[in-house]
Amino acid sequence: MQVKAADRTAPTHRSPPEHRTRPRRTPTRRWTSRKAQGLAYAAPTAVFVTVFFLLPLLLVGQMSLSDWPLLAGDRGVNAPENYTDAADSTLFWPAVRFTLLYTVIVTVVLLVLALLLALLVQEFRPGAGFFRTVYFLPSALGLASASLLFWGLYSPTTGPLSSILEGLGLVDDPVSFLGTSTSALLSTVFLIVWKFAGFYMLILLVGLQRIPHEVYEAARMDGASRGQIFRSITLPLLRPSLALCLLLCVTGSLLAFDQFFILTKGGPDNTTVTVVQLIYREAFQRLDLGTAAALSIMVLAVLLLLNVLQFRGLRRADES
Amino acid sequence: MGSTAGPLGHTRRLVTGAVALLAAASLVTACGSGEDDSGGGGGKGGAVDATGTDDGAKLTMWTRAATRPQSEALVKAYNASHKNEIELTVIPTDDYQAKVGAAAGSKDLPDLFASDVVFVPNYTSSGLFADITGRVDALPFADKLAQSHIKAGTYEDKKYVVPHTLDLSVLFYNKELYKQAKLDPEKPPTSLSEWDQQARAVDALGKGVNGTFFGGNCGGCGVFTWWPSIWAAGDEVLNKEGTEAELSSDTAKKVYDTYRGWVDDDIVAPGARDETGTTWTGVFPKGKVGVMPMPSTTLGLMPKDLDLGVAPIPGPDGGKSTFVGGDAIGISATSKSADQAWNFLAWSLGDKAQVDVVAANKDVVARTDLASNKYSDADPRLVTINELVTDGHTPYALKFGQTFNDPNGPWLTLMRNAVFGDGSKIDKDNEAVSASLSD
Repeated sequence: MQVKAADRTAPTHRSPPEHRTRPRRTPTRRWTSRKAQGLAYAAPTAVFVTVFFLLPLLLVGQMSLSDWPLLAGDRGVNAPENYTDAADSTLFWPAVRFTLLYTVIVTVVLLVLALLLALLVQEFRPGAGFFRTVYFLPSALGLASASLLFWGLYSPTTGPLSSILEGLGLVDDPVSFLGTSTSALLSTVFLIVWKFAGFYMLILLVGLQRIPHEVYEAARMDGASRGQIFRSITLPLLRPSLALCLLLCVTGSLLAFDQFFILTKGGPDNTTVTVVQLIYREAFQRLDLGTAAALSIMVLAVLLLLNVLQFRGLRRADES
Repeated sequence: MGSTAGPLGHTRRLVTGAVALLAAASLVTACGSGEDDSGGGGGKGGAVDATGTDDGAKLTMWTRAATRPQSEALVKAYNASHKNEIELTVIPTDDYQAKVGAAAGSKDLPDLFASDVVFVPNYTSSGLFADITGRVDALPFADKLAQSHIKAGTYEDKKYVVPHTLDLSVLFYNKELYKQAKLDPEKPPTSLSEWDQQARAVDALGKGVNGTFFGGNCGGCGVFTWWPSIWAAGDEVLNKEGTEAELSSDTAKKVYDTYRGWVDDDIVAPGARDETGTTWTGVFPKGKVGVMPMPSTTLGLMPKDLDLGVAPIPGPDGGKSTFVGGDAIGISATSKSADQAWNFLAWSLGDKAQVDVVAANKDVVARTDLASNKYSDADPRLVTINELVTDGHTPYALKFGQTFNDPNGPWLTLMRNAVFGDGSKIDKDNEAVSASLSD
């Protein structure tokens, strides 16, 4: 393989000028030099990933096998208790179920809405640019800031939403947007959809614009209806972009923390506790880094598995 | 780009890709989202020096946002009158434990750090504070310091902290609303049943006026405002070691029953069920609530035109008590400037700082002998608050945070079941609280 590569790059029709004194590079040396260049390009990223991901990951792995109180450091091996203790927590399975439910709802709602928005603003017509900007704007806001903003809006004591609804005569009493498990979940989903729909719309918009116009024209000449064109051309050709959105959304939702930490703190009555909140609770409320690390490793394993499966699906889609 | 790596290449690429993606996800979350050596410090109880050293040293200090005004006032006054200079860092209250824990692990604690007094036992038992027994005992007013804070910071007979800011739970009542409800504005409730009657009388005024309010989704608010009613009856809430809960006693159940009655009969202002503690002190200043427990540190923050009275929190049939909360402060075990840090602590407890800084800001003084001073004499409400320190309690439990402050902990479950439920699960929930305490 090396020789082949070298052959491809070796000059075949030029002889060296006579005045040239520097020896010409052999193919092998040139290959080595290209390899070194490649390594040099990759080095900063490799260092970054090693320092900020692999080393912390190794530390978390060590923590997950140790008795590691937050305030006292490593106190020796505590395996497999950290893992069994994490799974034995009364909050563990409800948190897993809730996180999965939240992920399904958010993913479906977000992707459908983002696709609708992308279809709405894909054509260059008056106002399209304005609406693209408007839909995308919430994405520019940090998630914690957006959560605080919605917390203020939802508050029955200080927020305006409840007062507006009362003023319009739609409700008699102040509305408790975060007061029940269902309303807390839906209120949080609304925040996330508001914040991220524009971001996913943008990804899908790029995907839509990559579809050749000729394909649509050919379909119209064949007499295809709008629905047929959407089902048979747009969706299949948009699959890579949709898969990317799916990957990002599922991963992000499974790691949900900020919005619930700020809006509900896992309440009411522990009905909106997510898996990452459990990790935080073990580490900073119960001061047990060992169990928190064990939970983190479990989450990492699940995410790794999901991502491998999704990558495989994505590759199949590409190949087909 | 076809694979040239054979069948394994696929899987390897997939795994590599997934790992890379996870690495990215770990950096950018998308749509959802030591045994500490007592190196420096004041070891050996500190030199027996009541005043410490003022030689122009630069000191670092941390405090939590909840007690920011008091800490800032003390630091500002100290820096203005001493050669030493303290650089104060205020940390969001919810992040404080994590920040201290991380700093302790990397031996990077500041010279001085304050802590919510209920978390102090955790820090003393983990060796984060320097032993200052000798220094504290050398103070001429050592026996006059708020003993609840001193006890919370005593571990294995050694003292590690002194009171920094005191926050007591007391009743605030709106005298204007009392007059409108034909109640005597100079006769606040002296028992839980009187409190109940008066809250209902004010609530009957209607027009957006409510009898009372409490943080119904806030464990910290619950311990701060409900427990004094249990203590006032002479009962305890925890055993001496802080490993067992006594929150299903008859007295405790009477307290829960009263609060449940308020919820059932809509005597409570809207939002109590959802109140996580972030805005619970912001309801009374609006002037639409009759009588409710509040932190004493909010007295100085009340609107000038709000005619309010202050009273101790009573028990079901009388008595009075308070939760002596707030922050205690100590010198970190790794500080290299223990003598200078002690200079600040000793000064902050002296007459001048306690009266001209703490009392002047309408806050509770840390010394019982200064309960009556030129500022409190001008405002009898302050005397009421200051004198409560001796009737107050600061519960001791190593697992206090995870049991009572944790929004997903067992105490909040007990609270909500007892008040928003039918009260049938109190005994079972109390067992869960005990299990967490002895975890």
